[in-house]
Amino acid sequence: MSTPLLKLADVNKSFGTTDVLTDINLEVYAGEVLCLLGDNGAGKSTLIKVLSGFHEPTSGQVHVDGAPVLFRSPRDASEHGIACVHQFGGTFPLMTIGRSFFVGAEPTKGWGPFKRLNTKFAGDVAVHEMQSLGITRVTDGNRLVGGLSGGERQALAIGRAVYFGANVLILDEPTAALGVKEAAHVLRIIMQARKKGVAVILVTHNVTHAMTVGDHFAVLIRGALAADFRKGERSREEITDLMAGGEAMAELEAELAEHQESHDGSVHTSSH
Amino acid sequence: MSVQTADSANKVTAPRPYAGRATVTDLLKRPETGALIGTIGVFVFFAVFGGSNFTAASGTATWLNPAAELGIIAVPVGLLMIAGELDLSVGSILASSSMTLAIISGYWDYPILVGILAALALGAVTGFLNGVIVTRTQVPSFVVTLATNFGLAGLALGVTRAITGSTSVAITTDGWAKTAFGSYVSDKFEVAIFWWLAVLVVVGFILHLSKYGNWIFAVGGDLVSARATGIPTNRVKIALFIGSGLGAALVGVIQTITYNSAQVANGQAFVFNTIIAVVIGGVLLTGGYGSVIGVLFGTLTFSIVGQGIYYTGWNPDWAALFLGALLLVAVLMNNTFRRMALSYGPRKKKD
Repeated sequence: MSTPLLKLADVNKSFGTTDVLTDINLEVYAGEVLCLLGDNGAGKSTLIKVLSGFHEPTSGQVHVDGAPVLFRSPRDASEHGIACVHQFGGTFPLMTIGRSFFVGAEPTKGWGPFKRLNTKFAGDVAVHEMQSLGITRVTDGNRLVGGLSGGERQALAIGRAVYFGANVLILDEPTAALGVKEAAHVLRIIMQARKKGVAVILVTHNVTHAMTVGDHFAVLIRGALAADFRKGERSREEITDLMAGGEAMAELEAELAEHQESHDGSVHTSSH
Repeated sequence: MSVQTADSANKVTAPRPYAGRATVTDLLKRPETGALIGTIGVFVFFAVFGGSNFTAASGTATWLNPAAELGIIAVPVGLLMIAGELDLSVGSILASSSMTLAIISGYWDYPILVGILAALALGAVTGFLNGVIVTRTQVPSFVVTLATNFGLAGLALGVTRAITGSTSVAITTDGWAKTAFGSYVSDKFEVAIFWWLAVLVVVGFILHLSKYGNWIFAVGGDLVSARATGIPTNRVKIALFIGSGLGAALVGVIQTITYNSAQVANGQAFVFNTIIAVVIGGVLLTGGYGSVIGVLFGTLTFSIVGQGIYYTGWNPDWAALFLGALLLVAVLMNNTFRRMALSYGPRKKKD
């Protein structure tokens, strides 16, 4: 396979004396969905914050298109085409779809001091981008974002990120707060984004959702990569066991930690 | 499914059939509809109970003149509130800029233009300071501008008394300045009404047509997301504070030239009246929502209720009670209309 869009090499992150991420190696390719699985507190959020420029890694290197980079801010990351969608998940409920799609990058028409916001263009593009992600209900860019369902807001955010050149999308638990039908909707949107050649990093608890859309899976347990495998390499049962085992392991370790201070929390790391 | 997709794809390129053709449902979803209903309601109410004196030109002038002065400040204050900030310092800005003009061009007899520019500069500088303090310190604008209001009031009183030995300074103007700021059209209507219209047009353009309006909505809607998209949120806020300062200073200039004097304690009523007018006009107190036309209706409603009671023959002591009730009813009504705007509407398709 060609150069990965995004590559983590031996990335560590600690806050003070607490090690949150330990030696993470990960590769993300265009047109693939990477599912990041793990229990609460496993370090998923920290990992995506490192990826999207909220945190700088304590050690290790992030590569974009094969070149080493250092993200000092989320803007740095987005300039390299990495967009974290939860940052924009329908945060302007009282703005119209078209206006919120183009916030900060408004299309204008006219000249000089009379430059006007091109609301028709904004609305049409927003609607078009949402429809290309399979949202057929939305036909009017002048509607308010607050009138959209959770899945439709995700589509708006994803459509916006893709339109403005993101080639790595990070979705943090996009299905967590949604009902079964809405969640299926979001998964369909993810497949549409993938079809456009975008790399998607999907953070989720839900093995079923991950199995449905994932090409590549990474399981985090207590800050370390416990498993990294591709679609078809593990069965649903194995993944479920791995996640459940991870939880059990975490519990066991918590118990052991009381007696045995020097215990190393990481489980064996398998390479693919 | 595929048929539906193709069908909606066509809709994107073809002109949408209902674009520009407002239906009753669409009208009900406009944020200013509640404010419009309010304005019509109170007008009809006082036209019925106030009789022909209220609807005559002189009656109209009694509520339109104060509405203009209120509106010149309420429109930029409304813009600031859409961006999620309050300005409680407009009262003292009005008084001190009014006093600045009267002292420079009345007491010291400098050219009127110098006085006017100094008064406007005072408004702009105060607004700038408000904005810088709010954005740098993260102290809520409620507190910052409240402090500015008190501080500036004290400063104006102290300086005025030190220079003139009085709290009231007379000034007589004629020529272009009197025509532009202090004259009456057909002996009844203050020229301030035209300033108000100009402010409405300029601010309406900025908020609803320019890209800066989008920034203002975004800043008020979600500051963190707005900043993440690259909007210079601090500069937006500072500019809006300067705007409300300028609005207050302009009314200071208008009042001074119209009434030929400046009082150091003037203008404090504007502090809350502007907020009331803006809120009646449908602007969300927490920011992110509102319209200039709504603020126009809110200002008219406030002014009609404030003045209309004198035409009914009822005891005017009750006017404030009316305004309080009106404010509450208006906010409840605006919430209802906002909820309607948030529902996707009858065109909902099953998918």
